[in-house]
Amino acid sequence: MALLELTGIGKTYRTGRTGEVRALDGISLSLAPGEFTAVQGPSGCGKTTLLLISGGLLAPTQGRVLLDRQDPYALGADRRAAFRASRLGFVFQQFHLIPYLSVIDNVLAPALAAGNPDGRERAEELVAHFGLHSRRLHVPGELSTGERQRTALARALLNRPKLLLADEPTGNLDRENAGIVLRHLVEFARSGGAVLLVSHDEESVRHADRVVRLRRS
Amino acid sequence: MSLWKLIVREMVHRKLNFLFSLLSVVIAVACLAGAWTLLQADERDTARLLAAKQREVEAAGAELQEAMRKITLGLGFNLLIVPQDQDLNELHLEGGLSSAMPEEYVNRLAHSKIVTVNHLLPSVVRRLTWPEQNIPIILQGTRGEVPILHADPKKPLLDAVPPGRIVLGYQIQQRLKLQPGEKVTLLGREFTVLKAHDERGTADDSTVWIHLAEAQELLGMKNLIHAILALECHCAGERLPAIRQEVMGILPGTQVIERGPPALARAEARSRAQENAVAALQLEVASRLQLRRQHERFAAVLVPVVFTGCLLWIGFLAFGNVRDRRAEIGILRAIGYRAGQIMTIFLGKAAILGLLGALLGYLLGAWGGAFWSAGAEDAPAAGWPGPDLGLMAVAAGAALLLAVFGSWIPALWAARQDPANVLQET
Ligand SMILES: Nc1ncnc2c1ncn2[C@@H]1O[C@H](COP(=O)(O)OP(=O)(O)O)[C@@H](O)[C@H]1O
Ligand SMILES: [Mg+2]
Repeated sequence: MALLELTGIGKTYRTGRTGEVRALDGISLSLAPGEFTAVQGPSGCGKTTLLLISGGLLAPTQGRVLLDRQDPYALGADRRAAFRASRLGFVFQQFHLIPYLSVIDNVLAPALAAGNPDGRERAEELVAHFGLHSRRLHVPGELSTGERQRTALARALLNRPKLLLADEPTGNLDRENAGIVLRHLVEFARSGGAVLLVSHDEESVRHADRVVRLRRS
Repeated sequence: MSLWKLIVREMVHRKLNFLFSLLSVVIAVACLAGAWTLLQADERDTARLLAAKQREVEAAGAELQEAMRKITLGLGFNLLIVPQDQDLNELHLEGGLSSAMPEEYVNRLAHSKIVTVNHLLPSVVRRLTWPEQNIPIILQGTRGEVPILHADPKKPLLDAVPPGRIVLGYQIQQRLKLQPGEKVTLLGREFTVLKAHDERGTADDSTVWIHLAEAQELLGMKNLIHAILALECHCAGERLPAIRQEVMGILPGTQVIERGPPALARAEARSRAQENAVAALQLEVASRLQLRRQHERFAAVLVPVVFTGCLLWIGFLAFGNVRDRRAEIGILRAIGYRAGQIMTIFLGKAAILGLLGALLGYLLGAWGGAFWSAGAEDAPAAGWPGPDLGLMAVAAGAALLLAVFGSWIPALWAARQDPANVLQET
């Protein structure tokens, strides 16, 4: 049974000045639990668009999304937010950490969205697991980029998501740290989670079980 | 982790934005609290000032009444009722009277329905030479006034001379050099000096007063009197003939003469002084009220203007804050924060801003207002009036409204940020 099922997905952005931008056209994709799938393609081919559509953040203009047997876009805004909080984890190239919160509080932030009662314990566990224990009270500005992305990974995993969505997670990292992050994605998939990684980089998609190539439309 | 921790951490992180917003709330609340405190102090000072003036006027009035009483006592006999056969030349030329009438007449007059006269004093008057001292005097015997039964009890106009006592006119006292308490003999009877009057410049200065009954006895006039003095007669000019008729109807065989006292002019002057004091008081009241109205008008313009300015400024700063935090809002929404939670983050911050601003603004405004009013002229140091709970509540309410209203539209804007847009941009 597929965890994520994309059928005939198309997305056309409507902009005021330049008219329409067709970012995606007729994409179908299926992702099962325990599977690590990568989408690879050049910049501007619609990778981020695909990831946001898969993550319940951007409604497609064509096609249908089924996530854990539900269409997230059929839900109201608040229920969709709760749906994201309980099933999805996000990792971005820019880390997107809250700049004034410590590592431990950043990792804990999703608990407030999901009402996660054992959040603190889980957060401490994750922080230790990602080798951030000595950094747990530091704010993002005091961390290396590798530490920042590990903090973002820990945050993404706090609510025990079923699907991890990673958008160029290694784009700002050196080889060594990129390797660490990719190994953690593999580890998550091995433990039964599904991973959707989008990247323009050939090197980082090598760790995936399956690579989907996307051309510029 | 809680939303509050997130709010407080953010405030500390973006200090400048928070401090400028706080300053804005503080200014608005201080302005409100200051104006309020000033107006309160105004009111207190006005009340105190007016109370003082009122006391002054009352004191002036009491003084005037006392003066009137004394003047009337000495000279202000408005009507003199004497037997018809009394030769008035005797009175004018010698200061004495010889025709008598029954003492009972005074009671009859008091029991009559006559309302134009306030006080009735029976007396005997004789000009004689004080045998023991060999000086000419006018001997006057009086008693306390006879109450007029159908009228309100009046304050006694005349201090009656008690039996066994003697009161001396100024000239007599100058001659005899007698002090109160000393004994002196008159017509073979011993009297104790009660007091001596100050100089009046009239026949009073050559008069001695004793109790009516003793005078009647010494002069062999038991139950007889020479005259009734009717004081404080309400008899202006043309009414006099009617009153004269009325009195003579009640007391047959009498004549009534008017004695227009020169001291009345002085009394009128004093009465005018009191009227002036009252007018001054009214003027003071009017000018204080006008000043207060001016202050109120000023506050009524200033406070809303400052509040509006601060509201716009807070809104401007809140917009800047939301713009700075778009990426943060985007990621929070992506990981599942509801729009309401984002709204709560911004409005919670506004609430903290409001309460903190209210406290600081209240302290600043109330202290400043008290300080200012203490420095104002003719307002003796009003000083710190102590915490005003009502004002505190108003300040807290106004500051909360200010901060929350100012942040409302930016908070809505924050809650409506589309996370997909934000995440695509960065
Ligand atoms: N909000 C948007 N409005 C208009 N065009 C957009 C918007 N977001 C992305 N695009 C366009 O859609 C295309 C795909 O973008 P994106 O999904 O970001 O590609 P990638 O992540 O592969 O670089 C690009 O041509 C981009 O300019
Ligand atoms: Mg992209």
